[in-house]
Amino acid sequence: MVGSEAPSELLRELVAHLRQNRTQLREEWVVRITEARLLTAMTKEEIFAEATSVYDSYVEALETETFEALQAYARNLSERIIPRGVETHEVVGIVLLLRDVLARSLFAKYQTDFKKLNRILDAYEPAANRIANTVAVGFVQERERVIRQQQEAIRELSTPVLQVRERLLILPIIGVIDPQRARQLTEQLLRGIRTNRAKVVVIDITGVAAMDVTVANHLVQTVEASRLLGATVIVTGLSPEIAQTLVTIGVDLGKMNTVGDLQGGIEQAERLLGYKVVTLAEPR
Amino acid sequence: MIATFQAALSDADLNQLRSGLVRQVVKFRSRAVIVDVTAMDVMDSFASRTLREIAHMIRLRGAETVIVGIQPEVAFAMVQLGLTLEGVATALDLEEGLAYLTQKFKNIN
Repeated sequence: MVGSEAPSELLRELVAHLRQNRTQLREEWVVRITEARLLTAMTKEEIFAEATSVYDSYVEALETETFEALQAYARNLSERIIPRGVETHEVVGIVLLLRDVLARSLFAKYQTDFKKLNRILDAYEPAANRIANTVAVGFVQERERVIRQQQEAIRELSTPVLQVRERLLILPIIGVIDPQRARQLTEQLLRGIRTNRAKVVVIDITGVAAMDVTVANHLVQTVEASRLLGATVIVTGLSPEIAQTLVTIGVDLGKMNTVGDLQGGIEQAERLLGYKVVTLAEPR
Repeated sequence: MIATFQAALSDADLNQLRSGLVRQVVKFRSRAVIVDVTAMDVMDSFASRTLREIAHMIRLRGAETVIVGIQPEVAFAMVQLGLTLEGVATALDLEEGLAYLTQKFKNIN
């Protein structure tokens, strides 16, 4: 029986083979990528350039058996290609194709020595699987990071705290409020009260269809926290359903400052601030 | 009279402050006390209760209390714990606190 080499020696032999045949194997891989209609968002030159980097990182990961560099590369790659519209299945697809291309070349090389082939595969497969995993996970993590960033931006945009008059802030809330958004809303409002030295805040919830008990509690807490900063809160646009929810959680609506609509709320706010609106002339 | 609370006051400190403040109100026959808590970055239930007691005791002496300078993060934390300082006047800062008192005394007079 031909001597049983140490796993690390097998790996070295494997890596040497992959390096020697780099040009040919890389070319074969690019052909397969094109045939599988992957990375259609990229040009041929771009695919070739990325394929070179991925191939080299792949072989290096096999050689060093460390995956941090590969993980960093995967994240970096993802950062570049996600804005180009490359999908997860494409990234996973190309890595698996590379795995196949390299495996096939190993079959070809060691086809006369089945036992050796098996030992080589024993060394190759765990590492190759780990690589596929690392790249896929890196890509997905980057995607998730982008999505979280976008969600944060959307939340910021959708709860604007507007200064309408001096010392008067308006917070129009539209759409669905989940506890996370409610929390962000409160933090933004409190910061806004301090920055703008607001004495009155009108929170308009006309655009809010429904509110569960958790969010209703948040609203009450927002009103109370605002008072601690010396600001009075007027809630406008309270629908009968939301009023019911508030009563259910034990809110004394008599103590909460509510007005039917936004206009009425602003008028009351102006009165509280000592403004008086006077008509100077007929509108033209 | 303006009392500025420091950060990280122990329960003992708070007790001392409470009796100390009331003594001062009596001694100087103050008509109002502004308690500035800007430096406090946490407010627990004991501190909150003490502030309410201070306001209550000072009111018994015929004087007004205004708590000023509660930080946004502290306010948020307080209401989540159900500490609302109900019945005690609050204002954004010293300036607002003085404006509040001025308005209040103008109305009385």
